[in-house]
Amino acid sequence: MTTVQERPDVARGGRARSRDRTTIYLLLLPSLLPVLLLSVFPLLRGIYLGFTDARAGRNVEANFTGLDNYKELLTDELFWNSFKIGLLWAFGVTVLQFVLALGLALLLNQQLRFRGVARVLAVVPWAMPPVVVGILWKLVYHPDAGLLNEFFHRIGADGLRTNWLGDFSTALPAVIIVGVWAGMPQTTVVLLAGLQGVARELHEAAAVDGASTWHRFRHVTLPAIMPVVVAITSLDFIWNFNSFGLVYVLTAGGPGGKTMLPMLFAYEEAFRYGNYGYAAALGNVMVVIIVALLAVYLRRRLREAN
Amino acid sequence: MLGKPSRTGRALQYLALAGYLIFLGFPLVWLLSTAFKPPRELVQLHPSLIPSNPTLQNFVQAFTEQELGRAAWNSLQVSLASAVLTVLVAMPASYALARFKSKLGTVALGWVLLSQLFPFVLLIIPIFLVLRQAGLANSHAGLVLIYVVWALPFALWMLQGFVRNIPRELEEAASVDGAGRLQVLRRVVFPLLAPGLVATALFSFISAWNEFFFALVLIKTPELQTLPVALARFVGIEGTARLGPLAAGSLLATLPSLIFFAFMQRRLSSGSLAGAVKG
Repeated sequence: MTTVQERPDVARGGRARSRDRTTIYLLLLPSLLPVLLLSVFPLLRGIYLGFTDARAGRNVEANFTGLDNYKELLTDELFWNSFKIGLLWAFGVTVLQFVLALGLALLLNQQLRFRGVARVLAVVPWAMPPVVVGILWKLVYHPDAGLLNEFFHRIGADGLRTNWLGDFSTALPAVIIVGVWAGMPQTTVVLLAGLQGVARELHEAAAVDGASTWHRFRHVTLPAIMPVVVAITSLDFIWNFNSFGLVYVLTAGGPGGKTMLPMLFAYEEAFRYGNYGYAAALGNVMVVIIVALLAVYLRRRLREAN
Repeated sequence: MLGKPSRTGRALQYLALAGYLIFLGFPLVWLLSTAFKPPRELVQLHPSLIPSNPTLQNFVQAFTEQELGRAAWNSLQVSLASAVLTVLVAMPASYALARFKSKLGTVALGWVLLSQLFPFVLLIIPIFLVLRQAGLANSHAGLVLIYVVWALPFALWMLQGFVRNIPRELEEAASVDGAGRLQVLRRVVFPLLAPGLVATALFSFISAWNEFFFALVLIKTPELQTLPVALARFVGIEGTARLGPLAAGSLLATLPSLIFFAFMQRRLSSGSLAGAVKG
């Protein structure tokens, strides 16, 4: 929608225009219909369900209950626990993803040997289905046959061997690392594209003025890629907050709920206990929270930019 | 780009790069190695990084015992149907979006962004109810419909970019020559659009192939399960010797998207498709 096209009907009369309009709608109809039916409608219905006591089962009537679900959520300790874990997960993964991806993108933007290998490797995790990423890391974290424990054995640090995904204290950090691994490639590619758009002349001018590498990064590179950074971190945050498959395969929320992300919690509520209304309410709360956090973040960035 | 770094600076850069290569690469090596290890090496007290007696046994076992073969076949059917249907539906719409200025275009783009915001959990219950009403809840047809709808916003956005790249003059020249609108579309636009259509089909195929959540919730009959769901079920079966077939199956499940990414490499590295594939 960036370039404004000339309308083909400008020169012609109104009859041609209305014929064009019919054509447009005919062309759009096959797309519009399924989207309305299976995307827009379910979404609106889902939001509404959050204000009812809908439950699983065929002839169960759903009654409008107003804010009852939300009052219940407020006092639901399991929800608060899962909410806290969700925030830790989403912030942890997004921040680490960004820092590591920026580092890698800066390296890949230089004339280094093995750059080609790194570029390919940096994209492979992106190509893997989330379920496979989960399985892959289950193999790495496996208590007996895992790569990580074997590594600690080989370097003579047997004391560090543990059941990474099964231990209360290591489970959440362990899944966060998997989240970073899985999402880093995309962030790297986007940041690299941003870096390649930074004008060379600016750097050269700054270098001539005697600016240090850090100064040039801070005052030339960073401001230039800021729009890209804001866009990708926002998207990453949304994706991470709504992520499901990866942690479902890794821990299914265990041990003892230590990795029970909000989406896993909502899934259990809906499909294990059949509390459709309650699960939808949880979904609504998540959307509101994401929007609020993004609004704060984007406003601060905008103010800094001005 | 950041000027010529000192010798120590260079060394540090290579050290950092090595760190990245280990972090990104070793888990992949481990998956490969596990997939080719015979059972005896899998249960070994201290596993080795490279299998000493590589075998294809795990691949055979994954397909015969765990019924991953059937799941892969299901996934293939569902993904192919999704790809074809997405292209068929997106082609006319993307043409309309690219060639006619219309408010609908802005609305469509807005929907792409908005739909990212909402968790699947909010959508899945009403979708489940709609599909159940249509008798499609526990079927591949229902799954295909959802995958098409899910792939459509991005497919439209991508494909209309391809349409814009076709010079309008070509179409005008053809219609001056007396070709009707349909003929122009078929003779001029369609052939030039072929790469875009392939890219769109591949994108739709991969999103369907990788998708887990909808398949998990909607498909109840084990015979209809798709590959990611079958693999996830497989994880539940503990026992170290089982890891071999699991790794082998996972490896095979990755192949289609790897091929897709190899195909899209150039576009990806230019960043124009960033944000494309997210499972």
